[in-house]
Amino acid sequence: MALEDSHVRRAAHLARLAVSDEQASDFVEDLSRILDMVDQLQSVNTDGVSPLAHPLDATQRLRADEVTESNQRDNFQRCAPAVENGLYLVPRVVE
Amino acid sequence: MHDKTLTQLANALDSGELSSRELTEHYLQRIQQSDAMLNSFISVTADHALEQADAADQARAKGNAGFLTGLPLALKDIFCTQNIKTSCGSKMLDNFIAPFDATVVEKLKAAGTVTLGKTNMDEFAMGSSNESSYYGPVKNPWDLTAVPGGSSGGSAAAIAAGLTPAALGTDTGGSIRQPAAFCGITGLKPTYGRVSRYGIIAYASSLDQAGPMARSAEDCAHLLNAMAGHDARDSTSMARGVPDYTDTLSAPLSGLKIGLPQEYFGEGLDPDVEKAVREAVSVYESLGATVREVSLPHTHYAIPAYYVIAPAEASSNLSRFDGVRFGHRCDNPSDLIDLYKRSRAEGFGEEVQRRILIGTHTLSEGFFDAYYTKAQKVRRLIRQDFLDAFEDVDVLMGPASPTPAFDLGANKDPVSMYLQDIYTIAVNLAGIPGISVPAGFVHGRPVGLQILGTHFAEAQLLNVAHQFQQITDWHLQRPAFAEESA
Repeated sequence: MALEDSHVRRAAHLARLAVSDEQASDFVEDLSRILDMVDQLQSVNTDGVSPLAHPLDATQRLRADEVTESNQRDNFQRCAPAVENGLYLVPRVVE
Repeated sequence: MHDKTLTQLANALDSGELSSRELTEHYLQRIQQSDAMLNSFISVTADHALEQADAADQARAKGNAGFLTGLPLALKDIFCTQNIKTSCGSKMLDNFIAPFDATVVEKLKAAGTVTLGKTNMDEFAMGSSNESSYYGPVKNPWDLTAVPGGSSGGSAAAIAAGLTPAALGTDTGGSIRQPAAFCGITGLKPTYGRVSRYGIIAYASSLDQAGPMARSAEDCAHLLNAMAGHDARDSTSMARGVPDYTDTLSAPLSGLKIGLPQEYFGEGLDPDVEKAVREAVSVYESLGATVREVSLPHTHYAIPAYYVIAPAEASSNLSRFDGVRFGHRCDNPSDLIDLYKRSRAEGFGEEVQRRILIGTHTLSEGFFDAYYTKAQKVRRLIRQDFLDAFEDVDVLMGPASPTPAFDLGANKDPVSMYLQDIYTIAVNLAGIPGISVPAGFVHGRPVGLQILGTHFAEAQLLNVAHQFQQITDWHLQRPAFAEESA
């Protein structure tokens, strides 16, 4: 599956990465080589094989629905770039 | 004292021959003297370490010391540490002070260990040479023109150079075993789910696992004792009892059935590495083990499957770095999308961006089944190869890496770098444990013997590695660097 410039630009937008035109063409080249390597997978016969998501085929355990965490807002916001009155500051979203 | 193993140092503390403060000061001094050459630490936490050392000495005086009390170690900078910077080797987290400790950090603290600092690593653990770190490459103490391996390259180099007796690493595709091999130390990747991942900055959540790195298998056994076990805060950690991994170290190996995967001795393997590994296997034969060839027929597809699954998981995990809640934020964003896009483009290095883009692309509409679902099916076949092999043999042995440490700057092309992990990556896909032990040298650079076991066979791997280290001394050899800088 050949990778096109539009694929890289779409992925960059979905992943919220600013990519210049020059970087985009470098990424097309690098990612194409990686995907060519990955395409070897297509030659494996996987008929009747189910996908493996967890190496031990384990499923999620459920825990009791109880409050176990305390409120640590100040502690957790100490590493944020900009906060005010316990809120994260970002550029205005709604005019 | 820096030529001693953790076990020897524990004995010295126990006998009163040495205090934890003396030991800690010694290592801190060594780091200060020689790490400028190696770049193996991102942060050195001297004051904090000395406080922990004094507390350990007091605990010991009161008779409250466990085996690890007062022993210094280093943490890969991927483990969250309260009030200490956790950068994950990235500009994105250059300003990040975690508000909590990872579970393994908490456990090791409770066991009384002393944290010397945080070690250098490939950015977000994505690399096999430690060259993708925002803080610059680490050098291999055996040869300063060589890489230490990656991604836990700082941990491996610091141990080899005698700057710490032990360290923690993480392994997603070989990131403990390959640097252990390149630096001539012992490193264990436990079974997926054996050690809690809580507080370890996630790369690929179905593959990541933390493990011990040290001078000997015995040292690793003591560290794993403290690290392993179920954690309610990691839903993938297994609720399964933890044995004392030191209990079985001395078990005899007569009758041990060793399998040599033919795919691990094929094209691309350096003939001198092969020779060292085969000689190590013959040491096992002298201990009464039997050896036979086995096949892991899907080995060739492990790297392609990994480079779908790991970037897919990474693209999701790394979406949390948004410039809002923590980490790097760009200047003067024009709007929220601009804030996200530029913060991430500025904060992430090239290899990380590459993997985010591959992951996002392969998970996107129209490509998901062809890449992600297909890779997960192949993953099952790869795991089945191992399960079939372990029907016939107890452990598998082979090289940890096709070559000894390569030169800094030698693998500029991403795909050629990825191919370095040919013998380690399938192990993470299968979730089984693996250990790398020193087994010789090629042109002055160490060779690692990789030993693999079935799920939860850590005790057996440590036993098998320990017995080798009872009759060989590869693991005790030190680079000239460690002596000259003494």
